[in-house]
Amino acid sequence: MTLHTPGPESPAPGASAARLIYARPEVLRDRSTHYCPGCGHGVVHRLLAEVLTELDLPAHTIAVAPVGCAVFAYDYLDIDFVEAPHGRAPAVATGIRRVRPEAFVLTYQGDGDLAAIGTAEIVHAAARGERITAIFVNNGIYGMTGGQMAPTTLLGQKTTSSPFGRDAALMGYPIRITEMLAQLPGVTYAARGTIADVGSIGKLKAMIKRACQVQMEGGGFAIVEALSNCPVGWGMTPQQSIEHLKGPVVEAYPLGVIVDRGAVAQPTHDLGCPSPAHPEA
Amino acid sequence: MTGEREPGAQADANRRARVLMKGNEAIAEAAIQAGCDAYFGYPITPQAELLEWMARRMLELGRVFIQAESELGAINMALGAAATGARVMVSSSSPGISLMAEAMSYMAGSGTPMVLVNIMRAGPGLGGIGPSQSDYFQATKGHGHGDYRVPVLAPASIGEAMELMATSFELAERYRTPVMLVADGILGQAMEPVDLRFRTPERQTFDWALTGAAGRPGRVIKSIDLDPEVLERRNLDLQHKYREIARRETRWEGWQLHDADLVIVAYGTAARVARTAIERAREKGIRVGLFRPITLWPFPSHELARLSRHVGGILTVELSAGQMVEDVRLAVEGRCPVAFHGRMGGLVPTPDEVMGALKALKGRVDRIASPERHAHMAPVSRWHEPPERTEAEPWIHERVRRGGRR
Ligand SMILES: Cc1ncc(C[n+]2csc(CCOP(=O)(O)OP(=O)(O)O)c2C)c(N)n1
Ligand code: SF4
Ligand SMILES: [Mg+2]
Repeated sequence: MTLHTPGPESPAPGASAARLIYARPEVLRDRSTHYCPGCGHGVVHRLLAEVLTELDLPAHTIAVAPVGCAVFAYDYLDIDFVEAPHGRAPAVATGIRRVRPEAFVLTYQGDGDLAAIGTAEIVHAAARGERITAIFVNNGIYGMTGGQMAPTTLLGQKTTSSPFGRDAALMGYPIRITEMLAQLPGVTYAARGTIADVGSIGKLKAMIKRACQVQMEGGGFAIVEALSNCPVGWGMTPQQSIEHLKGPVVEAYPLGVIVDRGAVAQPTHDLGCPSPAHPEA
Repeated sequence: MTGEREPGAQADANRRARVLMKGNEAIAEAAIQAGCDAYFGYPITPQAELLEWMARRMLELGRVFIQAESELGAINMALGAAATGARVMVSSSSPGISLMAEAMSYMAGSGTPMVLVNIMRAGPGLGGIGPSQSDYFQATKGHGHGDYRVPVLAPASIGEAMELMATSFELAERYRTPVMLVADGILGQAMEPVDLRFRTPERQTFDWALTGAAGRPGRVIKSIDLDPEVLERRNLDLQHKYREIARRETRWEGWQLHDADLVIVAYGTAARVARTAIERAREKGIRVGLFRPITLWPFPSHELARLSRHVGGILTVELSAGQMVEDVRLAVEGRCPVAFHGRMGGLVPTPDEVMGALKALKGRVDRIASPERHAHMAPVSRWHEPPERTEAEPWIHERVRRGGRR
């Protein structure tokens, strides 16, 4: 991982062969987080901080924080933030986008936030092709409220609100919402990565970077789903949760780029109206 | 504060065109002229023309218009846009306002300015599309959760609605708060000749707006604080702000109060019906005046309390089952009888009905009236002293000097 974070840690010219290869991006505040030990949110924050720094974005960014464990994201990322009500981040980001065409607009949401209560907002922001970058941390559970079932919870998975395991007959099936969104012509880029291991983290970072570049290049809606863990909510040790993530979770939610329509959304003549609805217009 | 209205404004200074305009369209245009940068809405009767006017005009002017996926979407877009310091507005009608309640609470809690127009229709539930004032509770005490208030402005004419649009933006930005403008469906739908006279509140620079953290630490607009001590302090700050608003921004209008034995308290369309009824009552020798709250919150309680010391009885007229009347009774504190007349479901009280209610009230007042009526009514102590408002209320001082009525 290369980083250019010039700072006091940089070796003085002419110093020994010591080379800085890993440092905290300045935009990531120097403080410990409130996340549980082993939680994936911190990794995603870190990747976001690196990408924003590499693309020189922090001073132009207006970000939207979710309601979920990442509600305090602004305590860790030193950028402008507005708090959205639960699930409404894509609508809040739309408002910012439209009045601040020059800003870099970012949302950060969990799976309960994005795929349950905020389904309408995410679908319509994507349908409008809003030029925003959405980071979607899918840990298959409602972490913040104590590990209840999420729309993304795997079949059979036990949670505090599905104590006998998720039963499709009673509770329906997990939603692959990123694939659903990728159907929409307004979506320029949609991809799914994971924080499960070092290799995956590198790929996830590349996805986040691409999703940011899409916005910088004037593309439409871009979303990166990060499959993450919630050791506490899953009732596992951090190590077990990583194994679980690499196994059944990745199996249910395939990794990779789902769609990349290039920087600029393609015109969709096939969806147009053949004759003007208002002749006077 | 608006006491009795001064007639005749300076004529030539602002030459104005007088045109016939529908309320919803006039409100929309007034918002545009007030400098609204972004409008977000969702179709609902009886406010749809407002959205449609915005759809055309905002895009013509290169400003932001979005027909959102729902009222939830609309108000949260407004939240985002307002967080960057833009002048934003949403509009809807009653069921849509219920959906906006959550974000209203967030905006009040985080200090995000925004103007919300409610063209009220009859409820509850889907109800009907007729005019109504049954969202008074919602506007003044309800919508979202938590200890917060929003200023609520209630015009009684299309012209006044246009002026109050500019005031709404001013209040929103001055106090960093959502502001509601409420009008019943009649004001939204009716056409009236209006002066094309607009006001654009001055632009401020906000030290809280999100503009990108260039050369400064990141700013956060939020309502959350998990530390109870900190959250209580935030709440105390809010309450302080609300007291400031109540002290400085209370607005009402008095009409024919100088010799009134009875007073009608009414706002919006109900106040216009009341005026007609008052004219008829006066022809019959019953001296009735009108007290018209323009801000429903802050409610002009102190002014009404003072007035109640000098009149025989009060009739509240609303297009509801009786909502504002609760605030009237709180202000009057039993000093005189408070009667109520209202219609629901989209119906509007007629002047004849109001006359009937006035006559009934007069009978009641005459039965209980005695010269010593006020002698044993010692002033009740209150938590908040009425502010000094010497210059604006000549009628009150006149009545006080005369030593009360009868
Ligand atoms: C309107 C509303 N409903 C419910 C809640 C309670 N709540 C807070 S966070 C949350 C779920 C968060 O889950 P997710 O989005 O998956 O985030 P995670 O904590 O797992 O990262 C819920 C239901 C709320 N704050 N607001
Ligand atoms: S509850 Fe789960 S998602 Fe939330 S901080 Fe803890 S491990 Fe992370
Ligand atoms: Mg979750």
